[in-house]
Amino acid sequence: MEPREFQFVFAGFVVAWLIVMIYALTLGLRERRLRKELDRVRKMVERR
Amino acid sequence: MREKIMYLLAAAGIGLVTWTLYKVWFVLPKEANVAAYQILYFHVPAAFTAFTGFFTALALSGFYLGTGNLRYDALAAGVVEVALAFASINLITGMIWARYAWGIWWTWDARLTSMLTCWLIYAGYLILRRAIDEPTQRARLSAFLAILGCVDVAFVYKSIEWFRTQHPSPVLSIRSGGGMGPGMEAPIYWNWLAMLCLGTVLVIIRMRQEEISRAIDSLRRLAHAY
Repeated sequence: MEPREFQFVFAGFVVAWLIVMIYALTLGLRERRLRKELDRVRKMVERR
Repeated sequence: MREKIMYLLAAAGIGLVTWTLYKVWFVLPKEANVAAYQILYFHVPAAFTAFTGFFTALALSGFYLGTGNLRYDALAAGVVEVALAFASINLITGMIWARYAWGIWWTWDARLTSMLTCWLIYAGYLILRRAIDEPTQRARLSAFLAILGCVDVAFVYKSIEWFRTQHPSPVLSIRSGGGMGPGMEAPIYWNWLAMLCLGTVLVIIRMRQEEISRAIDSLRRLAHAY
C-alpha cells in the first residue's frame, strides 16, 4: 500500500475507534456523575 | 449476570475486530489492500450497526406506544444514542473515503444528504428528550420521531438504487451488486457483528445509567413528600 493510501486508511481507522472511545468515556463520566448525585440525594433523604 | 454478559460481548467484539483486521491486512487478495476497500470495512458495518439500532428503536417505540411502558422508551433512547455514534463513524469514514476517491470531502449527493438528514433527525430526537421534562409527553413525541426517522433510514438504504449520483452503486451480493470478490465481503459482516457486540455493551451501560437516574428521581420525590 502506498503511503498516501495508508494515511487515509489510518485516518479512517483512528476516527472510527476514537468516536467509540470518546462515547464510552462520556458514558463513564456520566455514570460517575450520576452515582455521586445518587449518593447525595440518598444522604439528603436519610437526613430527613 | 449482566456484568458477565457485558464483558463477554466486549471480548467477543474486540476479538472479532482483531480477527477481521488480520484477515483484511494479511489474508485477502491484493485488490483488497487499497484504501478504497479498507475504509469500506469500517464504513459499511458502521452504517449497518446504526440502522440496526434505528430499527430496534422503532420497534421499542412501537412497544411503548402500544403498552405505555416507559422502560421501552428509555431503552429506545439508549439504543438511538449508541446508533448515532455509529452513524457518526459512517459519515466521517465516508468523508475520508470521498477525499481519497473523489478528491472532495463532501458532495450533496442523494445518499450522503439523506444519511446526514438521518443523523440530524436522530440528533434532534436526543435534543427533544432533553427539552421535555414530562416523561409521558417526552416518550410519546420521541416515539413518533423514531418512527419518522426510520422512514429516512429506508430512504438512505434505497437511495443508491433510486438515484444515480456520486455515491457508488450497491456492491454487496445481498443486494443487486453482485459481490466484491471471493472472501472479500465476509469481513464486512464480521465487523458488523463486532460493532453490534460493542454497541450492545454500550446500550447495557446506558441502561444502567437510566436505572440510576430513575432511582435519583424516586428518591427526590420521596424527599419532597416529607
